[in-house]
Order: sequence, then structure tokens, then C-alpha cells
Amino acid sequence: MIGIIDYKAGNAPSVLNALHRLGVPSSLVSSPDGLRAAAGIILPGVGSAKATMDSLKDMGFIDALEERVLKEGIPFLGICVGFQVLFEHSDEGDVDCLGWMPGEVKKYPEDMVRVPQMGWNEVKFVRRHAILSSLNDSEFFYFVNSYYVIPRDENIVLAKTRYGIEFCSMAAYKNMCAAQFHVEKSGAVGLKVLRNFAWMAGGKHC
Amino acid sequence: MLTKRLIACFDVKEGMVTKAHKFQNNIDIDTAENIARRIYRDQIDEVIFYDITASSEKRKIDLGTVKRVAAHVFVPFTVGGGIKNLNDMYDVLKAGAEKISIDSMAVRNPGIIREGAAAFGRQCIVLSMQVKRVAKTPRIPSGYEIAIDGARVFTGMDAVEWAKRGEDLGAGEICVNSIDRDGTHSGYDIEITSLISDNVNIPVIASGGAGNPGHVAEVFLKTGASAAIISSMLYSPAIGRNYSVKEVKEKLMECGIPVRPWIQDYSV
Repeated sequence: MIGIIDYKAGNAPSVLNALHRLGVPSSLVSSPDGLRAAAGIILPGVGSAKATMDSLKDMGFIDALEERVLKEGIPFLGICVGFQVLFEHSDEGDVDCLGWMPGEVKKYPEDMVRVPQMGWNEVKFVRRHAILSSLNDSEFFYFVNSYYVIPRDENIVLAKTRYGIEFCSMAAYKNMCAAQFHVEKSGAVGLKVLRNFAWMAGGKHC
Repeated sequence: MLTKRLIACFDVKEGMVTKAHKFQNNIDIDTAENIARRIYRDQIDEVIFYDITASSEKRKIDLGTVKRVAAHVFVPFTVGGGIKNLNDMYDVLKAGAEKISIDSMAVRNPGIIREGAAAFGRQCIVLSMQVKRVAKTPRIPSGYEIAIDGARVFTGMDAVEWAKRGEDLGAGEICVNSIDRDGTHSGYDIEITSLISDNVNIPVIASGGAGNPGHVAEVFLKTGASAAIISSMLYSPAIGRNYSVKEVKEKLMECGIPVRPWIQDYSV
């Protein structure tokens, strides 16, 4: 079972819809106990980094997540704000985040581009990874974001995208993958990424 | 590079997609669910669904239809109509939509833009505006006035000023719908689309009047719009010829406009 963290402000229902379409056993998880049965965890995200961190803390998720993802090492996928909060600090609400990946989160330069970035942009993969199985070297995905991550370790970067500046649009580190774009809303190519993630977590038997 | 978006827009009444001409004489096309399934397979970039009678019938939005559409649409999905408060917004998001379109309600209570953006993020809030060309006056310097309630009530508000205020209040996108062009298939109103996109720094969606792929190319070449709504040309029987999303994208690529490429195998 894939557990999708439901912290109310996120778009967990859309991720659930996409996994159902793929026939992957999955359910929304709104309390830390629900994570116990999960073979893989998805942290979706819309809204702000601060609101997301506040919800994760208020709902008591942080210890349970660290237990399952950092200690036990089960497959984890962060999406959009669920990607940004993996880093050490976000300028959005000036908030300390989970710090599972080294780096920080900054706002796009508003003198160069319209903010938020909203729409389909090209994602160029800089190395191969199981989550990219059957994808081309570059694909288009749907983005909605005002902030972007700056990893301190170039080795964790999995993909790059241009919006005014070039930024890290996907990262992978140990058992964790994360994307700035919305895989659940990126048509057939996005569904392929979710299918690959589900496969990493045990496929239809997860 | 960020590409220009094509958005299919459905007016829905009792679960059926209908098509109007200047907000009147609606004809039914098919169920919202069937149209959503078809347009997703046709590789549309985004979908908007307006429950057009929710407001006037003073009822809540039809959440059953929202859920049925969301189950088939794996691209962004916006819902509007009859949304009055944060609870209505939360219900629609929980039913599987990503964004909420607010129109008349935002004019009556602009604070709802700020509240919605604070609760769900500004990317969630699409400020939709019905604009009509009028004489330029000190009160309406742009020469475009905002109308509400299905374009029946005029507000005396200037369209460009309202767009700027909407951005300040926290809207994540602005959809500019021309009342004069709606359902005419004669092309978008280039002037107001351009004026608004030059005056805000959030994405602007051009709406109203597209009848063929050339109109879509024109609005992207002549204005700063980030997205364009196409509806009639995709599915309306009231128009001479319907086009596929692929045909529209081919026209845009021919004109050097960046689009998400159409892909051969769209099944997973």
C-alpha cells in the first residue's frame, strides 16, 4: 500500500485518483499510525512551505515519517511543496524544514519572470534512475511554484529546468525521490513516474 | 522554457456540458464526464468546469460531477460556480479539483480572494472576470467594464484596476473573458488581454471568441497571455469545423509559439 499524506491543505485526493487509475493499492493517511502499513510514502503539496511544516508538526507526522523514511528506508516521493520541505530551510515563511536533503528554498526573481510559474515546462534529466524508467531524456511536466530548491550537493540533482534561471526540478537521494512538478497532473508522462514509484515500492503487491 | 497552455472550458448544467452564444440560447453537447474523458485523451493541457447555474439557483456546486470529471482528468482541473466561502472551496478541492475560479463572488466580497489564497495558496485562486468594451471615462479609464451574474449586471468597475487589485489580494491567475466576443468565434479581444497582461505579474488566461487555431496563435503573438481558453472549436456543433488539440498545437508550433509537444503514445 502506498500511503499519501493528507494534511488538508495539500492535493492528496488528486494523487489518490492517479494511483487508482494505475491500479496501485493506496490510501490517504491523516495520522502517523496510518504510516505503519505503508510500503511507500508520498508527500504531496500545494500551498506554502510554512503551512505544510505547521500541518506536519500539528498532526504529529514528523517522528513517524523520520522513522519510516530515514531509519527504515522505505521508498519516498515528495511532490512540489512536499519536495521543498525536504530541504533545510525555506524563504517562504522563513521556516526551518525537514533537512533530509542538504540545501535551501528561494523565490524566483520576480523582475525576470511571472510568479508563480504556472504551466508545462521541460524537465531535462541529468542522470538515470529507476523512477525515470521508460521516459525520454527530457519530458514536459506541469509546474505551479513560486519557490525553487537549491541543493548544496550537486550529486542529488536528478533533473533541471529553466524558468528565468536554471533550477533543480527533481532530486534523488538514497530511498528518497522528489519532484518540483506535479506528477499526478502531468498527463500520461506524469502517470508513468507514479507507476515507476509504485513499482519501487513493490508494484501491485505493495 | 515554460510553454503556452491550452485550456478546455466546459459550461456545465445538471451534469451536461452546454454551449451558449453571448451567455444565451444554451444547447446541450454531452455529459461532463464523457467530454472530460475525450478531451484528456486528446492531450489538452488543462481543464476548467463552470457550474453555470449554481449561483443563480443559489445552490452549492455539483460535487458529484466534479468527482466524476476528476477521475478522468490527470491534468490541472479548475472549478467555478456557486463558491461562496472557504468551506465551499475545501469541498471542491477535496472532490479532486486543483484550482477554484471566483467571479461575481469576488466582486461582492473581495476578501474571499485573500482568504482563499491564505488557506490554500495563491496558485489555487483564479480570478475570473467578465469584461465589456465601453466608452472611456474617468471612472473606467481602460474602456473595459466588469460585469457579474452571467454578464447581466454592470459594476462600474474598471477591468484593469480590478485585475491589479485581484493580484494584490492574492489571486494566482486572472482569466479575462470578453463578453463581446463570447461565443462569436471571431477571435479573442486582443486589446484588453494585452492591457491586463501588461499590468499584472501573474499569469493571464485569454478567454472568449476563439473560433480557429489562428485566433489562438494571434492572442499568444500579440499579448502576454500565458494560456488561452478554447472550447467551441473543440466540441461545439454550432461551429463550422471542430479541431483537435493536436491541430491547434501544430498551428502554434508553426508560428514559433512554445507548446507542450503532442505525444504519439498517451496511454500508460
